[in-house]
Amino acid sequence: MFTHDIVIVGGGGAGLRAAIAAAEVSSKLSIALVSKVYPMRSHTVSAEGGTAAVLREYDSLDLHAKDTIFGADFLADQDAVEAFVKEAPGELIQLEHWGCPWSRDPDGRVSSRSFGGMSVDRTLFAADKTGFHLLHTLFQTSLKYDSIIRYDECFLTSLLVDDGKVCGVTSINLYTGRVEVIAGKTVILCTGGGGRIFPFTTNAAINTGDGMAAAYRAGVALKDMEFVQYHPTGLPGTGILITEASRGEGGWLKNKDGYRYLQDYGLGPPTDKPTHRKMELGPRDILSRCHMQEYAKGRTFEGPYGHYVHLDLRHLGEEVINKKLPFVRELASKYVGIDPVYEPIPVRPVVHYMMGGVSTDINAKTTLVGLYAAGETACVSINGANRLGSNSLTELLVFGTRAGRAAAAYAANVSAPASAAIDALAADEQRRLDRQFLRKDGGTERIATIRQEMQLAMEEGAGIYRDEQKMEKACKTLRTLRERFKEIIIEDRGSTFNTEVMTALELDFMLDVAEVVANSALMRRESRGSHTRTDFPKRDDANFLKHTLAYRTPDGPKIDYLPVTITRWPPEERKY
Amino acid sequence: MGFWVSSSISKLATRNRYHEVTMAEPTITLNVTRYRPGQDRAPTTQAYAVPYKEDWVVLDALNHIKDQIDGTLSYRWSCRMGVCGSCGMMVNGTPKLTCAAFLRDYYPGEIRVEPLINFPIIRDLVIDMSDFLDKLKSVKPWIIRKEEKPVARGEYLQTPAELEAFHQFTQCINCMLCYAACPVYGLEPKFLGPAAIALGYRYNMDSRDQGKEQRAVIGNHDGIWDCTFVGECSVVCPKDVDPAAAIQRSKVDTTKNWFQSILMPWGQR
Repeated sequence: MFTHDIVIVGGGGAGLRAAIAAAEVSSKLSIALVSKVYPMRSHTVSAEGGTAAVLREYDSLDLHAKDTIFGADFLADQDAVEAFVKEAPGELIQLEHWGCPWSRDPDGRVSSRSFGGMSVDRTLFAADKTGFHLLHTLFQTSLKYDSIIRYDECFLTSLLVDDGKVCGVTSINLYTGRVEVIAGKTVILCTGGGGRIFPFTTNAAINTGDGMAAAYRAGVALKDMEFVQYHPTGLPGTGILITEASRGEGGWLKNKDGYRYLQDYGLGPPTDKPTHRKMELGPRDILSRCHMQEYAKGRTFEGPYGHYVHLDLRHLGEEVINKKLPFVRELASKYVGIDPVYEPIPVRPVVHYMMGGVSTDINAKTTLVGLYAAGETACVSINGANRLGSNSLTELLVFGTRAGRAAAAYAANVSAPASAAIDALAADEQRRLDRQFLRKDGGTERIATIRQEMQLAMEEGAGIYRDEQKMEKACKTLRTLRERFKEIIIEDRGSTFNTEVMTALELDFMLDVAEVVANSALMRRESRGSHTRTDFPKRDDANFLKHTLAYRTPDGPKIDYLPVTITRWPPEERKY
Repeated sequence: MGFWVSSSISKLATRNRYHEVTMAEPTITLNVTRYRPGQDRAPTTQAYAVPYKEDWVVLDALNHIKDQIDGTLSYRWSCRMGVCGSCGMMVNGTPKLTCAAFLRDYYPGEIRVEPLINFPIIRDLVIDMSDFLDKLKSVKPWIIRKEEKPVARGEYLQTPAELEAFHQFTQCINCMLCYAACPVYGLEPKFLGPAAIALGYRYNMDSRDQGKEQRAVIGNHDGIWDCTFVGECSVVCPKDVDPAAAIQRSKVDTTKNWFQSILMPWGQR
């Protein structure tokens, strides 16, 4: 058994930021950083466009808050948003001091660009690899703290809970195959999202909702899980993200007639230079719906991987593309054989981000004593029903820091958990893992088959447009898949780097997350932000201006609700 | 038009991504290294026939094997878009990101997929890269200041030209292809190696940094002086980091400092 003060699960942006924040509170704290991949492989690495904060004289905290709340379709907690926008500038300056290679204006200040749903230029960027640079800056900076002890390539299997308090985690060390206990006074979950429950996503292979499912199994509610963001511009086939920054820099979306179709959906008038909050700089949920409407009208292209439209960057010119969007050029050239300097890029909406997650308060604290969560894993909520692009990197910094500090303060005041209790819990977990995975015999179902059927069920039932019938079907399918999962085949008996077992454990987590998404969606009989129902097309503040909370029961998720905190921005119609 | 559109006819026939392989479809053979510690005495090669698709990369083929043919094959991957650095392997003898190595560049020939060389093999295609993590830490890849500026006093100003001085060396994704390509690292494991030197140099060149003296390890025997300037590291780098240039420039820097300290002891900063 390894024992620490703080156990952080997940080595992406939120986990690293939490680790550094805790290490800076006191060098005496022992901090474990547990990650199923080397930290710099985490999915934060794939974020491209930028990270938002108020750093310019023309901007204000209230304006950033208002844009965020409006973008969230009023489901964000406004006290959390106010804290978020207030702490955002300091976090980005801190990152600058740590060496993040931000793009710069001629006067030496960090550059900023336009982003969807934002009223002014407030998105700081490092070309179009902002997440990559942010992650590597945090990871390299974390190396200077000897109190941060890394458990690289250790896979979370469960949270240990004794006497109503979290007391550590169990994980499989991929090198040895052993189930190990990493005990701690407190645990912070920073395991990212679960986009892989869908077949077509920008998300990396590792985004399987591990922390969300582990918290859910430990009795913590998952909040607002029905809100799944489709990004309007992914590459057909692979789902690789083409950043919103390409529109922030002035790119156009065109249908098969070469027409900038967004003007037909109340986002006009079209202008040559980008206008904040208009046309291509509308929010992601609305732009993704516009795409589907164009498809319904027969005005999209048809390709080998379904319908698509054009993202046209040609008018920006080679110099701007090379300087501001080099990764877009690289990705489009490599993966669809199109050089955006000379040809428009084929794009279509793609699952990108989960607004929902482990329910936390404004200090990243969950209802389970000692358990915290931050980043995409968590739902504070600042994103409500639709996140604005470039708020998520900032969120993982602000709430990663808050989680690290809160956990450090908590750890200073409690004693180490009792080892006898932990041993007993660990023995239970070892038996469960042996029975279901490590020593499982027989079986009839391929892991990949169940995963694919789950993904199809989610796409059909919980996609951009939803209705009662489709969602009910998805919920039923997911229940059946949960049963069939018991019959999976695990051929690999090796203990070293057994990725078949890991894949099975990931699917196990994903089935929980998928079921929560589908059931939460079924119960929300309105349309708000990313959750669009054809049978309830209007927002219904009288009945649904509230957060969904999903709790685990043997028969599936039990749905409850929580009021939204409104401070200074009363709900109004969301029009751009 | 891009290849993904021009090849649409063949793909329309295979639109369901989860379909079974039928005899009529073209296939390609992957010869993959297998090594299961405790079971195999030495690495062996296993051949798999997978569907040939024009827009598939080697990683897609490996995923097909894992999902449909043999669940016991182990390898690392994640982002599948060339930025997480997980999926580096030897492809027909050359270090490559398998998410960026297209089957069409090898078809109809067979493809040999092996773990990156110069590293211990953990299992199948998974190598042990913990040595790099230690070396990375040894070059102190973080900003070192004589005095920290409080966050409340705002950002450090850095001109685009100052950014340009180190920007290229920030692009390293730690994929380890350069270590697999480096003949010196193959012979002398103590050599810091291309990526670690490039990342140390990156901080030395950053106008915000004042810690060059603390990164003396770069100028030591196991640092830049082991490099015989073969330059293969820069050839295989998928992100155009050019570690060879970082090494050469560090040599010039170190030499200059040495001469300064000998000839002009009063002239030091």
